[in-house]
Amino acid sequence: MTVRSKKAPVRVLIAKPGLDGHDRGAKVVARALRDAGMEVVYAGLRQTPEEIVRAAVEEDVDLIGLSILSGAHMALFPKVLALLKKEKAGRIPVFAGGIIPDEDARRLRKAGIRAIFGPGASLDEIVRTAQRLARPRA
Amino acid sequence: MTGTRRGAPTARQIRAGDRRALARAISAVENGAPEADALLKELYPTTGRVRVVGFTGPLGVGKSSLINALVAHLRGRDRRVAVVAVDPSSPFSGGSVLGDRIRFDRPASDEGVFFRSMASRGAAGGVAAATRDAARLLDAAGFEEILVETVGSGQVDIAIRDIASTSVVVLVPHLGDEVQTLKAGLFEIADVFAVNKSDLPGADSARRDLVELAALGGGRDGWRTPVVLTSTLGPTGIPELWDAIVAHEAFLDRSGGRPAAERRRLAKEIVGRVRDRVDAELTDGLESDPALRRLLDRVASRDVDPRTAAEQLLRARRRSR
Ligand code: B12
Ligand SMILES: Nc1nc2c(ncn2[C@@H]2O[C@H](COP(=O)(O)OP(=O)(O)OP(=O)(O)O)[C@@H](O)[C@H]2O)c(=O)[nH]1
Ligand SMILES: [Mg+2]
Repeated sequence: MTVRSKKAPVRVLIAKPGLDGHDRGAKVVARALRDAGMEVVYAGLRQTPEEIVRAAVEEDVDLIGLSILSGAHMALFPKVLALLKKEKAGRIPVFAGGIIPDEDARRLRKAGIRAIFGPGASLDEIVRTAQRLARPRA
Repeated sequence: MTGTRRGAPTARQIRAGDRRALARAISAVENGAPEADALLKELYPTTGRVRVVGFTGPLGVGKSSLINALVAHLRGRDRRVAVVAVDPSSPFSGGSVLGDRIRFDRPASDEGVFFRSMASRGAAGGVAAATRDAARLLDAAGFEEILVETVGSGQVDIAIRDIASTSVVVLVPHLGDEVQTLKAGLFEIADVFAVNKSDLPGADSARRDLVELAALGGGRDGWRTPVVLTSTLGPTGIPELWDAIVAHEAFLDRSGGRPAAERRRLAKEIVGRVRDRVDAELTDGLESDPALRRLLDRVASRDVDPRTAAEQLLRARRRSR
């Protein structure tokens, strides 16, 4: 049943680092990406940066999406980026969302988070960004 | 594209247990990438030593949680374990939310485990087209136990039998009417029954029902399907479940049933591969090949009936060999 001509679906990991229990946003985003034809590995709550990076490697994803509403983003996002580099997976783009003040968002983008979305962000725009980040040349 | 951009994974990397190469190789198989064919051809001779245990059963009965508990049990005995967990693809978007990994809670530092989520990508029967070959890659990479979770569905999914040497059907207490409708399928597929969520009331009567059901089956080829009560909350019953799986594997060796079952699975795989190829070629051809298009025209105009057309196609294929 292998259909060689068909384009391989984009694979995305959606994970919530830290102890934050707000998972609505992550689920809404996961569903939107699925509806856009992507395969979304949903790793769920309370993931350590180590677990996230390991999942990204094993699942061979094209993109990682992190969601944090608890305020721990400045500690956790850079940790994920550093570990990805260490595991030679630094080429996997990372984007994120949640409650992230503008000033923090600016600094995180400089640190290498490719895009950041806050409350009320348009799902269409999130999907378009995911497509662009996962398949830059497509 | 996944698996091609960064150089194709090699057999040597897989055999050395390179996790990134392994992950990319599985993607290559899923995507039907040409490098996957070459890789699997090269690795095939040294695969097949490892048993594959399948877990199937209705939605939400706790298949992923049970697998997670079994992984912990097996890691406690120093076995290297790999999991392939299949979830359905949406028939509308082709996309999928793969949620089995939520239950997986091994520490990230544990190198003796590999967990891969897989979308069914339109395959019927509860597993993906790539699941079997993914298991072969994991076997080649040195994993000693391979656990496969099927898509959770209202029915018991039969296709796992084409991959696994032992199939565990997971149920929960109070499935009463559901078990009635599943009966025929259960006979066909279960080598072991797990009644999970046995912390809930009704577990003992569910066990009695299943024991009775297993007895009615008369034991397939002399195997009486055991019923194990489990709960992932304690957890309880996990070593017992693994022992039942190992007992079935031992039965396959003792009774001489293993080689026959393996031949049956391989025969089915070969036929399936031929069917898929012929299917793709003919479906293409009916649109693009002028001779086939003319034949289709004549069937459409009622000059030739579909059976005769099929006969003609088969004969033409044989001649062209
Ligand atoms: C609902 C809610 C809860 C629910 C959570 C239910 C659940 N399972 O998710 C409950 C009641 C349990 C809860 C509890 C708490 N909450 Co609360 N909660 C909210 C609330 C009102 C809405 C969050 C929500 O679900 N929004 C809907 C979703 C769809 O939006 P979203 O998550 O923002 O996601 C969008 C974008 O951010 C983005 N996005 C999000 N994730 C990702 C990921 C990627 C990859 C991408 C691309 C985009 C993206 O896209 C989404 C779509 O637009 C917010 C306030 C607010 N307006 O945000 C507070 C809020 C988040 N909670 C807060 C707090 C403090 C708490 C508590 C600590 C205690 C308390 N005081 O209530 C507890 C802690 C719970 C825990 N264990 O972590 C604070 C956080 C403060 C901070 N960060 O500085 C907030 C901001 C309220 C406030 N103004 O004080 N909460
Ligand atoms: N009470 C109880 N709940 C359990 C047990 N095992 C799992 N669960 C719960 O059952 C729900 C489903 O568990 P999963 O392990 O995801 O079930 P699954 O069969 O893999 O689900 P699908 O893959 O979606 O079909 C979760 O909320 C678990 O916490 C158990 O032994 N007892
Ligand atoms: Mg599951």
